[in-house]
Amino acid sequence: MCTIRLENVTKMFGELAVIPGIDLQINDGEFVVFVGPSGCGKSTLLRLIAGLEDISGGAILLNGEDVSSLPPAKRGLSMVFQSYALYPHMTVHGNIAFPLKMAGMDKAEIDKKVMAAAKVLNLTEYLKRKPRNLSGGQRQRVAIGRAIVREPSAFLFDEPLSNLDAALRVNMRLEITELHQQLGTTMVYVTHDQVEAMTMADKIVVLNRGNVEQVGSPMDLYRDPANLFVAGFIGSPRMNFVDGGNAARLGATTIGIRPEHIGLDREKGLWRGVIGVSEHLGSDTFLHVHVEDVGTITARTGGEWTLRHGETVFLTPDPDKVHRFDESGRSMARAITPDLGALPRHVNGAPASGAPLQ
Amino acid sequence: MATLHTKSAARAMMSPSVILLFCWMAVPLAMTLYFSFLRYNLLMPGMEEWAGLFNYEFFLTDPAFFSALFNTLILVGSVLVISVGGGLLMALLLDQPVFGQGIVRVLVISPFLIMPTVSALVWKNMMMHPVYGLFAWLAKTVGLDPIDWLSAAPLTSIVMIVSWQWLPFATLILLTALQSLDEDQMEAAEMDGASLWWRFYFIVLPHLGRAITVVILIETIFLLSVFAEILVTTSGGPGYASTNITYLIYTQALLQFDVGGASAGGIVAVILANIVAFFLIRLIGKNLEG
Ligand SMILES: Nc1ncnc2c1ncn2[C@@H]1O[C@H](COP(=O)(O)OP(=O)(O)OP(=O)(O)O)[C@@H](O)[C@H]1O
Ligand SMILES: [Mg+2]
Repeated sequence: MCTIRLENVTKMFGELAVIPGIDLQINDGEFVVFVGPSGCGKSTLLRLIAGLEDISGGAILLNGEDVSSLPPAKRGLSMVFQSYALYPHMTVHGNIAFPLKMAGMDKAEIDKKVMAAAKVLNLTEYLKRKPRNLSGGQRQRVAIGRAIVREPSAFLFDEPLSNLDAALRVNMRLEITELHQQLGTTMVYVTHDQVEAMTMADKIVVLNRGNVEQVGSPMDLYRDPANLFVAGFIGSPRMNFVDGGNAARLGATTIGIRPEHIGLDREKGLWRGVIGVSEHLGSDTFLHVHVEDVGTITARTGGEWTLRHGETVFLTPDPDKVHRFDESGRSMARAITPDLGALPRHVNGAPASGAPLQ
Repeated sequence: MATLHTKSAARAMMSPSVILLFCWMAVPLAMTLYFSFLRYNLLMPGMEEWAGLFNYEFFLTDPAFFSALFNTLILVGSVLVISVGGGLLMALLLDQPVFGQGIVRVLVISPFLIMPTVSALVWKNMMMHPVYGLFAWLAKTVGLDPIDWLSAAPLTSIVMIVSWQWLPFATLILLTALQSLDEDQMEAAEMDGASLWWRFYFIVLPHLGRAITVVILIETIFLLSVFAEILVTTSGGPGYASTNITYLIYTQALLQFDVGGASAGGIVAVILANIVAFFLIRLIGKNLEG
């Protein structure tokens, strides 16, 4: 059982305010993902929670208790490092047993727990090996094993999958999610990969330059991004942003349309464009279409799309799914239309002047 | 370098230097071996004759030999303990971020760059001298009688001087190794609840294992043949109190002009060094694997 609460936590490195001030509530048993671009302070925030860095201001509360000045070992948290940080001269068994040994547990008990952890993580046959004789995925599992034997009140992961190849990453993603469901322990997970964030999280915290941009469930962030940054960060491929006249006609500075919310047609539609690159993924095809006055728009279509480079295609955004942003980048109320088939459309339920998207 | 072809090519490429080195080593060794079986004294030129094992018998039954052997082992052992132990401490200190770190590091390494004779003379005249020495002054300021280090505690004095010379070497090698320690490992151990001491014992010390092995091996090789420090300070005395094997061979050859006896001593020293090396490699050589 573990709730984590950050109250106006700040972190300075010299003059540089890496975390200018964050308030955050992490509930018991939640899988929370910190996501954001490189250098935005995700690792720093995690290390503050772990106690590996001292906070410069504010308070960190575990289960309502202020732990800001407690050393890391006393906080009862486990951390999995990006580099795994395995102890190279100890065997897998020694690595997993280490925290228990430090806790002064007796040997029989340690062996029992290590065996149990090894079984969960499929490491039983590697217990006698040294870390350097393991594959990346196995090392990753040892690091997780070392974290779970202590039965911590919460897990902290710092980009644990970033050193693995794509296929293994998908596997480990599933395994960690499964582990979370089995253990039901609070987990805080740092990544810069929005796919990991979307697939694993109960709650995503989007960070940008040390500030929380938005907190919410993956689908909340996908459906209702609070601002341009979140809209651009969540969802793959990235949301298309259009500004200028097209946006102004909807009463916004910028409008955003996700690639999957654009209808494609060979004969008719709202925007006429020329196909640039098309990426075939098998199940999906991503088309990069050059539209005059609008720019390059990415659109998603089914796998069996046959139009090629240089051919003309018509794009029609789904009016229900158009996001509008004001001049400061904040999200405005969604463009809504009662009549999906027909242009002109309505904005905010009120009739707009003329055909807004033409 | 795994294929047969590259192996034989490598062998062919290396052979000239190996042959040269071998001759360089083998010729003096063979000559020493030859002399050790001769009655050969520089005071009686032209009188060389075959002596059989007499020189060996003479050298090995000489009471001076045993005290020299004992002194050699004490010297090597003490300097190893002091320089590795002290070097470890110094390296841990120098690894901390302190003001003027660069200058401190240069200062620490400088004793290693000073010639043994010079540093021994400095110690003899500026530190250990019973009248002018720093130690004598220190003793007097706290109201004790100054002692004449080089005659009262000759072997201890030599150990101090030689340790002072080798401490920087150990410090430098261990510091380099320490700096390659992955910070994450220390933090992981901290999260795992390891105290400062346990982190040192379980993470830092094993990480330094290989570096410590290298320091011990290299230092042992050089410490078995300490000579200049003894020559300029105690001259092996009083009696044989600070004579090591190297110095004993020197007295045999160049003070008593007994080339045959000295050569036998030299061969004995080679055999002893090999015995030490054998046990050393057995004992700590596994640290160097993989
Ligand atoms: N010890 C430090 N001293 C000074 N600045 C630091 C220190 N550690 C981190 N920073 C700065 O703090 C900022 C945030 O770093 P942090 O490691 O938290 O980023 P991150 O979000 O984890 O990035 P990444 O995805 O690349 O790991 C960076 O600009 C970094 O340069
Ligand atoms: Mg990071």
